[in-house]
Amino acid sequence: MGVAASDGKAEPVPDVVKAIPVRHPWRWVSAVTVALVAAWILKGMLGVVDPSTIRRYQLNGLIMKGLLLTVEISVLAQVIGIVLGVILAVMRLSKNPVTSTSAWIYIWLFRGTPVLVQLLFWFAAVPLAFKTFSIGIPFTNVIFYEEPMAQFMTPFVVALLGLGLNEGAYMAEIVRAGILSVDDGQVEAAQALGMTPVLTMRRIVLPQAMRVIIPPTGNEFISMLKTSSLASVVLLEELLRNAQGIYQTNLKNLELLIVASIWYLVLTTVASVGQYYLERRFARGAARELPQTPVQRLRRNLTFRRRAQVEE
Amino acid sequence: MPGSQPLVRAETVHKRFGLLPVLKGITMEVERGEVMVIIGPSGSGKSTFLRCINHLEKIDAGRIWVDGVLVGYREANGRIHELREREVAARRAEIGMVFQRFNLFPHMTALENVTSAPVWVKGMRRDEAGALARELLETVGLGDKLRAYPSQLSGGQQQRVAIARALAMDPKLMLFDEPTSALDPELVGDVLDVMKDLARQGMTMVVVTHEMGFAREVGDKLAFMDGGVVVEHGPPRDVLGAPRHERTRSFLSKVL
Repeated sequence: MGVAASDGKAEPVPDVVKAIPVRHPWRWVSAVTVALVAAWILKGMLGVVDPSTIRRYQLNGLIMKGLLLTVEISVLAQVIGIVLGVILAVMRLSKNPVTSTSAWIYIWLFRGTPVLVQLLFWFAAVPLAFKTFSIGIPFTNVIFYEEPMAQFMTPFVVALLGLGLNEGAYMAEIVRAGILSVDDGQVEAAQALGMTPVLTMRRIVLPQAMRVIIPPTGNEFISMLKTSSLASVVLLEELLRNAQGIYQTNLKNLELLIVASIWYLVLTTVASVGQYYLERRFARGAARELPQTPVQRLRRNLTFRRRAQVEE
Repeated sequence: MPGSQPLVRAETVHKRFGLLPVLKGITMEVERGEVMVIIGPSGSGKSTFLRCINHLEKIDAGRIWVDGVLVGYREANGRIHELREREVAARRAEIGMVFQRFNLFPHMTALENVTSAPVWVKGMRRDEAGALARELLETVGLGDKLRAYPSQLSGGQQQRVAIARALAMDPKLMLFDEPTSALDPELVGDVLDVMKDLARQGMTMVVVTHEMGFAREVGDKLAFMDGGVVVEHGPPRDVLGAPRHERTRSFLSKVL
């Protein structure tokens, strides 16, 4: 058989394929199984958990205060982590051996020890080792500001340092991977146009690295929202600690843990939606056309249906 | 004195990658307004030599001057000093370069690609740079693609944006590193036309290429490189029409 030439004209559409779809009985079996297991767990929980208590405490003032602090500490610690991560990543890739080695040691230390240990360390060891917190000129008697370290190291500062400095080490690796993902040709093109290394990094490499950096950073932030609960051990009155405070008096511990969990789920869900839109924004130029967001798709379907109705 | 001497002067340039010698003594002169075409088999060092001219590669021995100024180094009291990155960048700003794989900035539109360097490097006003970019994109035939991202353009269109981007810096020399090698055959013509116009306007160009038709038509001089040396050079018509060396002859018989 040869090739049928059509002189550049499109061929008429032949018989449309109308096939009978394959049946999937096992999907039904698995759906029923999952539903049964879920019902069994729910029934067990309802035996020990009082839903009205959960409802009563879901919008409790102390819980809301803790929620706000959880959001604050997570956002601030993540911002510290990102800034530190970019600095450390650029240091790691520097040609200066002192700079790159210091960054390597920092990452090794902060990534290699548990956050919980780091939090406790900032909480206990730092006020012992450095008696005062002061701003001045080192090795002279000139001091602009001074206060006892124990007073400076409030639970908020401890949590911020502990979570932020730890996050910096993780972010450094993420940013480094992002920078390395950018094609060498981009740097060469920027250099050939007379851009300095700093300008090239800021305007050409980092914006392109963002596409690789954003998804794992979103994961890091979602994880940070939950890890911030560790700050309860250094007396920060965030969501979990306040929930604990309530159940220590009314003994409804299961209910209050569920109250806190529901809020953590709300936070992480909102964060994932934010991540989706952020990723879209930085996909500019990479895809020929951005895919539609779920909201756009919904709106298009609605208008389409309405138009169809009008036409009928 | 600048003006009376060749724009590009290379003297016994040597370059090694690790233990592998790539350039083994290249001497070459390109006069102002001249188009120098470099041809040769892959691995002959022609691209490397081109990249040495704007110091994207450091040379191991020899000297290169552009407009009477030493490339990448400063000579003082009989000794050679390395230049700071900032000084190297300032000198590169006067030399345009076009790459085989275009290397447009994918996160910027065609217009932003062309305005970026004049604004960030030269400190040109944004509206002024925009007008210049529009004019340049118009001359390369892309006046209707200002807002397009590189991924929305064909290879030939991308390469023409890349040429406009280099020209926006008002360079005194243009380097072309196999500008049509990554293009579909039917798109090569548009890019070559832009380059021919540029040559006609008196731009000094060094072009590494496999396009023998272009070399014959536009080139003022042609150099055939092989194994890190210039085997033979002269007017393109002579070298391509009546090669004197056996190596040139066997190369040409394969590509013509």
